[in-house]
Amino acid sequence: MIRSLPRSKQYNWSFNCFILLYFVFLFAPLVVTCVLAFNNSDFPSLPWKGFSLDWFLSDGPDRIGLFHDDQNLRSIVTSFQTAFFVSILSVVVGTCASFLFEKEEFRFKGVLYFLMLAPLVIPGVILGISQLLASNTAGMFFDENFGLDFEVFRPSFWLVVLGQFSFITTFVTLVVSARLRKFDHSLEEAALNLGATQLGVIRHITLKFLRPAIIGAGAVAFLMSFENFNTTLFLVGSEPTLPINLYLQVRDGSTPVINAVSLLLIVGTSLLALCNLYFSKKEE
Amino acid sequence: MPRSRMVFWIFFAPVIMWLMLLIVLPLCDLLTMSFRGENDYGDMVWTLQNYINFFDEPIYWLTFVRTCLYAVVTTVIVFLLSMPVSFYIAKLARARVQGALMIMLLLPFWVSELVRIYGWMILLRESGVLNFFMLKIGLINKPIEMLYNDATMIMGLVYTSMLFMVVPLVSVMESLDDSLIEAAHDLGAGQWTIWRTIIIPHCKPGITSGSIVVFMLVLGNYLTPNLMGGKNSLWFTEQIYNQFIASFNWNQGSAFGFLLLVLSSLIIWSGLKLTRQKLGEVAS
Repeated sequence: MIRSLPRSKQYNWSFNCFILLYFVFLFAPLVVTCVLAFNNSDFPSLPWKGFSLDWFLSDGPDRIGLFHDDQNLRSIVTSFQTAFFVSILSVVVGTCASFLFEKEEFRFKGVLYFLMLAPLVIPGVILGISQLLASNTAGMFFDENFGLDFEVFRPSFWLVVLGQFSFITTFVTLVVSARLRKFDHSLEEAALNLGATQLGVIRHITLKFLRPAIIGAGAVAFLMSFENFNTTLFLVGSEPTLPINLYLQVRDGSTPVINAVSLLLIVGTSLLALCNLYFSKKEE
Repeated sequence: MPRSRMVFWIFFAPVIMWLMLLIVLPLCDLLTMSFRGENDYGDMVWTLQNYINFFDEPIYWLTFVRTCLYAVVTTVIVFLLSMPVSFYIAKLARARVQGALMIMLLLPFWVSELVRIYGWMILLRESGVLNFFMLKIGLINKPIEMLYNDATMIMGLVYTSMLFMVVPLVSVMESLDDSLIEAAHDLGAGQWTIWRTIIIPHCKPGITSGSIVVFMLVLGNYLTPNLMGGKNSLWFTEQIYNQFIASFNWNQGSAFGFLLLVLSSLIIWSGLKLTRQKLGEVAS
């Protein structure tokens, strides 16, 4: 039944088959997507018409490869910018939150902690629409009372950043808190006894200790932001992020350019994920 | 250890701003918007009309019930599929294979949901890869459309959310002491008894947190039903999207959004109550 117990051949064999099938199920769509990016055909389907890099490099007029496709390239840049700002913001606020919940005592801490966890259980679509509504209300308020017009309050780049930030910060907080719980407080006390200021202790000792968790959380935040769809869908303005842009293309029919973008995404995220894994393993 | 007020406020201010401005206020706005509507003269007034519409139009509440039922079905399937997979990884695989399996399991889920769904689309559609092979070996004589039906949609939902069940299950199974199973085996317990009296009770926290996350993700999913279920998918998030973006009826959309939020909170709350756990424990 388990490693240390005797098992029948049949049991072993069927279990191994099951796991093999399971992994085929997991990887089939990804492999097919990647392979068909190189098919010399106008549609992402078989039969195989030969190897071609057209869908990456060709610059028209019949086929426009990814590297000449302005719309897709622009959305990739937008996604990078969004993910950059979201991960910076969420790491800063998430670290503050984990200090607050792990080290401080104050009234209504329980309520606030519950609120901090809430984004985990609020569907992304709801977060998206509620922020769309709130920003619209805020925009109208400023417009009517002060005659001010803020870009932020309309569906735009910054609204997407705020929307993604609002729930990604929760994940960062959980990761950093887990590490902070392992921190040996006597180190802090020793530094304070030796005359360090409180902020000095946090900067030189606690944050140093937290650094791996913070970097890891930042990488996860980056990935989550890069591929977020549900919340972004409602907040996006005239600059679509990559998932939104891909969605619009897939909905209206597909070309192998989508396969090419997907291939890059698969390779990119796998590399980032593997790096993250490698460093977290090394840390242990 | 005494702490200065200033340090407290440095941590407190960004966190309270995040939670108030991006979570609490938008949700309050969602609630108030759902109770507003135009009267016969075109003025905005307080009204229950948006909720009355929901119960009056069978298409709305049937979609709601359908979404909820399918989310439950998906969660059950995910659980049944994840149990043997995580058991294999935690208890059967050799130690060296274990890490590799875990990485292989995680990798596809780092890739954007859109890419994975797109992969399934080019596999399953009428001109897709699967049909090509089945025609080739003579299994069928004309291509069948495998997309755009409920079974495929559920398969897609299972695929996209499975990881969130497998990971907690693996970690909770790893904490199960092998000697318990060995002892039961030595005392003559059969497979079924071991699963029922040892493994499943031990895995309860993992099952709860996995189920909650999977259920919530499925309920709030927009991409998979939209792309794999096609026009017949009738998913509740699509109703919300239609009200917000297509009909521009934000008040009706807010009512739908709020109903979805209430449903998901209720199910999560009762899941936690049934297994006597707290949200904080499940999250960490």
